[in-house]
Amino acid sequence: MMQTLFLLTICAYSLGALGAILGGRGQLGRSLVGALAAIGATAGLLLGLTVIFTGQSFTAFVPALLPVGGGLALRLDPLGAFFLSVIGVVAIPASLYGIAYNEIYESERGSLRLLGAMFNLFLLAMSLVTLADNVFTFLLMWEGMSLTSYFLVITESDEAETIRAGNWYIAVTHVGVAFLVAAFLMLTGNASGAFSDLRVHASNLSPLARDLVFLLTLLGFGSKAGIIPLHVWLPRAHPAAPSYVSALMSGVMIKLGIYGLLRVALDFLGGGPAWWGVLVLVVGSVSAVLGVLYALMEHDLKRLLAYHSVENIGIILMGIGAGLLFHSYGSMSLAVLGLVGGLYHTLNHASFKGLLFLGAGSVLHATGTRNMEEMGGLMKRMPWTALFFLIGAAAISALPPLNGFVSEWLVFQALLKGLNIPGIEAAIAMPLAVGMLALTSGLAAACFVKAFGITFLAMPRSHEAESARESPLLMRIGMGMLAAICVVLGPGAIAVIPLLSRILVGLGGLAEVPVSLTEGVSLQVPTSSSQIALPTLALALLLAIGSIPVILKLLRVNFRLRRSESWGCGLTELTPRMEYTATAFAEPLRRVFAELYRPSKELTIDTHPESKYFVQSIAYRSEITPWFDRMLYTPLLHLIGYIANKIRRLQSGLVHLYLLYLALALMGLIFASRWIER
Amino acid sequence: MTNMMSYGLEIGQMLLALALAPGLVGLVRWLKARLQNRLGAPPWQPYLELRKWLAKDVVMSTNASWIFQATPYIVFGSTVTVTLLVPLIATPIAFDAVGDLLVVVYLLLLGTFFLALAGLDAGTAFGGMGASREMTIAAIAEPTIALSISGLAIGSGSTNLGQILTTTLTDPAAAISPSHFLAFAALFIVVLAETGRLPIDNPATHLELTMIHEAMILEYSGRYLALIEWASWTKFLLFLSLLANLFVPWGMATLVTLPTLALATAAWIGKLILLASAIALLETRVAKLRLFRVPELLSLSFVLALLAVTSSLVLK
Repeated sequence: MMQTLFLLTICAYSLGALGAILGGRGQLGRSLVGALAAIGATAGLLLGLTVIFTGQSFTAFVPALLPVGGGLALRLDPLGAFFLSVIGVVAIPASLYGIAYNEIYESERGSLRLLGAMFNLFLLAMSLVTLADNVFTFLLMWEGMSLTSYFLVITESDEAETIRAGNWYIAVTHVGVAFLVAAFLMLTGNASGAFSDLRVHASNLSPLARDLVFLLTLLGFGSKAGIIPLHVWLPRAHPAAPSYVSALMSGVMIKLGIYGLLRVALDFLGGGPAWWGVLVLVVGSVSAVLGVLYALMEHDLKRLLAYHSVENIGIILMGIGAGLLFHSYGSMSLAVLGLVGGLYHTLNHASFKGLLFLGAGSVLHATGTRNMEEMGGLMKRMPWTALFFLIGAAAISALPPLNGFVSEWLVFQALLKGLNIPGIEAAIAMPLAVGMLALTSGLAAACFVKAFGITFLAMPRSHEAESARESPLLMRIGMGMLAAICVVLGPGAIAVIPLLSRILVGLGGLAEVPVSLTEGVSLQVPTSSSQIALPTLALALLLAIGSIPVILKLLRVNFRLRRSESWGCGLTELTPRMEYTATAFAEPLRRVFAELYRPSKELTIDTHPESKYFVQSIAYRSEITPWFDRMLYTPLLHLIGYIANKIRRLQSGLVHLYLLYLALALMGLIFASRWIER
Repeated sequence: MTNMMSYGLEIGQMLLALALAPGLVGLVRWLKARLQNRLGAPPWQPYLELRKWLAKDVVMSTNASWIFQATPYIVFGSTVTVTLLVPLIATPIAFDAVGDLLVVVYLLLLGTFFLALAGLDAGTAFGGMGASREMTIAAIAEPTIALSISGLAIGSGSTNLGQILTTTLTDPAAAISPSHFLAFAALFIVVLAETGRLPIDNPATHLELTMIHEAMILEYSGRYLALIEWASWTKFLLFLSLLANLFVPWGMATLVTLPTLALATAAWIGKLILLASAIALLETRVAKLRLFRVPELLSLSFVLALLAVTSSLVLK
């Protein structure tokens, strides 16, 4: 059964890739490629769910195709199965959505063959990352995932901006891989690369080596997850990719960084000292707050969503950091609380961020622009997209009773429990983390009022927005599926959370923590006496909202409604130019956090030559350069450029000089190996 | 407590909250007028306003969408749900396990979220301005709320209101500590911000460039306006009750019998009147802050809350 599902996953993706290369154009070709991807994703989801429900790991039989480094070894344990399921949850709707979305690439813009093939291979590589059972397989699939997604990012390669985004992505991702290779080399030592050997070997490492491995993995996986300041590629690459690929990259791929971190820090190393948890917590808090603050200043709808991915990775890491911290203190059930919060937010973020990216793609498809200042009034022109986007926006803003609220509630509870950890550091760090998380969710709500309000409400601000049309059925189905998941995962948390706590059993000595379900509906968190009952709450809310019109009817209230122009303070006509813009909406927050943003201002006023009181034109320009670009990456790029210039002298073009280099390098290697042997 | 009675109590406190909310706001207005040497409208004026609005037609902008129409119901519905979750006269209540303090805060944020969207929906500059400012203040106030909640939760180890109240009631010596007063001060400032009172927003203002809440709901009329105003008055009552009951829970009924409930209701109303008078006094004494001075006030409240939590951890 599991072997069949596994083979089906592999075959469907491979056939999809093959089909895309052979055909993949036209209505039929696109449908076939997309359908095969969806089948592969469904099989992967079912496989993941089977492993989670039965709690039994699945070892795939793979013929010894590659004898290098122990060959391919594939095994799916519950932790991997969870992430495989998350891939499926987003990949199924995204593949269906892609069938319709890809129509814009039928013309010469980008190659549909490459896109379809890379999309299927990307999904395959991601799935196999969760299955990898030795270092060789893991790194191979990790690299495969990065390379295929690179090709997906540069799909619209006719734009210079896209190529630049791709360069950033490939550079940062490879720096990350370098860290990972170093970490895995240290972990492997003389043992074989099999994960089971790594667990044994990790316990023999010295504390210093363990710390180093942890730091390297945090950097390596963090660069993929998009922690600040390693996130620079994220707001560049995600918007450049086709929207359904952005949904997968933001919703799923960056989560595999979380998977890797959990795998190494918790599974292999079996947890560590308290400062590991504190470090992850701090990194998470900083990423969350800065991510949402920069999202607020974005007017490019997809870049805004990309910055929110940084924010949500931060929230996930806050949960995981709290979990690691508790783990180091030996309070295992509290550790489960934090980790479950992080894992549940992983699933939730995948669903609502996937949904929001598909929604943004739908808007892009209809208006041809990502600039929010040119949108508006889409609510009436694209009612379905608007509804789905609204659900996603409410979910990411952590509004009850949707799913985002539940996971943030769990992380909150974990942090509140952290207040009981002895020590003055915890007394300062934990309250600050609570404050940061609250600030993040408040700012996220503000940001999504802006994103939804400016994009979909009021009057259209451009001709394109005015003539926008609703997207094709398949795109709506894709969004609808994810919207339904966002709604169900709210009250449905009751069913999901016990499963999540079971996933963690055995990792770093964690035991199963029963999540008590009092009266079958209420969620009681382990060792904490806080509880909520989301199904009841959702029902109460719906009842309250639904009964108001009925009661008003019974009270015979005046139910007449007249339509009229908006009141324009005496103006005869309101034009879109008088509407509040996205920039204006974010202005108060820009002022509040001016110290962080440090916007550049440029004001040019042309006055009449006769008198300075007659202004002829005013030009105003203001830009915000993120501080990590300014302080970190610009100097770094300069340094690299400088070094590269120096090294260029080596390249003389003379063949005998190159031969000398070869000989020198060989001798150096021989000496080095002798030295290491000793 | 039998099931029937506890659910009866739930419905009872919901109806009581909804019924008293306009009166409470009217009382603040009347007190303010008297303190300012004005005659003022009688305290029951808000009831008359509600009746007037419910009888009028709704005028809706041609730009607006269904968000504009759904918002009043969502705002009122979420507020009504909160009245079920907050213990007003007795503790613990039947819905205590349904939602904790975080649920209360986020349900109210749900209302604010939709109000801000509705503010943008008509496409006027006033609506956008109000929405932008309201969300800014809501976002900056959020950390203080969360920290005050943590401060309150330390003692009982739970964010559920019933647990917090029971802990304070059974162990009053632990409750009266410096952190208790600091948390109260922090939350008091936030309540002023969340309910749109001076010095953050001026509830008496209309058609001024400084308005926040009023600007956001400027396009509303008729029954929609009635629902939104009623909900915001109820929110005011709920926040005052939270302040009163979380920090001074004494007087709340722990048994459900008619005499204790009557006494508890009287005590609750007494506490509300006291807080309302304090707010009326405050509002006659302070002027409205410039919008960009508001974050300073809110960061002050954040520092107070942080001190409350850390001091209670250190003193523990």
